[in-house]
Amino acid sequence: MTSSLLQRREVVSDLLQDRGDSLVVTGLGSPSYDVMAAGDNDLNYYLWGAMGGAAMLGLGLAKAKPDHSVLVITGDGEMLMAMGAFATIAVQCPKNLTLVILDNGHYGETGMQKSHTGHGIELNKVAESVGFDWTARIDNKEGVQDLRHKMHARGSLNCAVIVIDAAEVGRVLPSRDGVYIKNRMKLALGQVL
Amino acid sequence: MSANTSIDWKSQVYDVLKEYDIKHMVYVPDAGHSTAIQKFESDDQVSSVVLTTEEEGIPYLAGAHLGGERGVLLMQSSGVGNCINMLSLQSNSRFPLLMLITMRGDWAEFNQWQNPMGQAAEAALNLMGVLTWRADEPQQVEALIRGAATMAFEGDQACAVLLGQKLIGKKDWIK
Repeated sequence: MTSSLLQRREVVSDLLQDRGDSLVVTGLGSPSYDVMAAGDNDLNYYLWGAMGGAAMLGLGLAKAKPDHSVLVITGDGEMLMAMGAFATIAVQCPKNLTLVILDNGHYGETGMQKSHTGHGIELNKVAESVGFDWTARIDNKEGVQDLRHKMHARGSLNCAVIVIDAAEVGRVLPSRDGVYIKNRMKLALGQVL
Repeated sequence: MSANTSIDWKSQVYDVLKEYDIKHMVYVPDAGHSTAIQKFESDDQVSSVVLTTEEEGIPYLAGAHLGGERGVLLMQSSGVGNCINMLSLQSNSRFPLLMLITMRGDWAEFNQWQNPMGQAAEAALNLMGVLTWRADEPQQVEALIRGAATMAFEGDQACAVLLGQKLIGKKDWIK
């Protein structure tokens, strides 16, 4: 049986197509593997821990680099640990930041326990209620393309929840060396180490 | 009037941080930081970011560093406990981190609910690899912030200056 739900690898690959100089921050676990599977890039910052930190790392990067699109790709569980960050980000409201939550309703890394979103919480509504400029709940490929255009336009603070199949896919592992990942992004951005 | 009391350490915090080219001031408010917060918020060269919890400040400043800019995290000692796991970001990736922490629960504290975290704050930071210094006198503040900022930004270390209650003055509880 084929699922009609979006497949996480396909979604992330579509989203990162022709990414240009977009900066990408990933939440720990499957989102890091999905972004790695779409193609390693010096402008990716992969988290392997610091759960709850992805969105705020993206905010700091977006504020320091207003001429780049900054894309945070994380999971429902990681974002649930940063509910306050929705409010902090909305107050700053950078127009070059897009928060993408790959929502399978489960904690995939720890044995597929149901998360709060699996119990019905809709994080796009949280983003909407705190004042993100553009929010969406996406369950088809056209929606992913709309989101990609929004992200490149740099005209609004965006948050999209993408409802994906909970099926587990093979792991594609980025480097766990945080210093290496940091330094190669800084070099790619023309900074002196 | 002793020389000590004429030192305006609260303004020095802002002045010294500006010398170190701070572009981001992220904070959970505390009365002891109110002068610095006010000065940064009226400085349009600096992004002032109010946080819902102190741990948000650590990844924020990591992101700003990836973008080539420096920042500082201002908070109270009770917030140290909120940061513990997030400090793994700093230690794994060797991001510079500068924290200024106003103390509660370390001297003349009327509210004993502040004591557990206040007493544990410095040791907890040290356990997570953060270098710490304490200022209890006004004349110590400037030099300690300079030293911490140098080691944070030149050496990619996590550094915290603790501003003691003896320095800040005991909190008056007025209804």
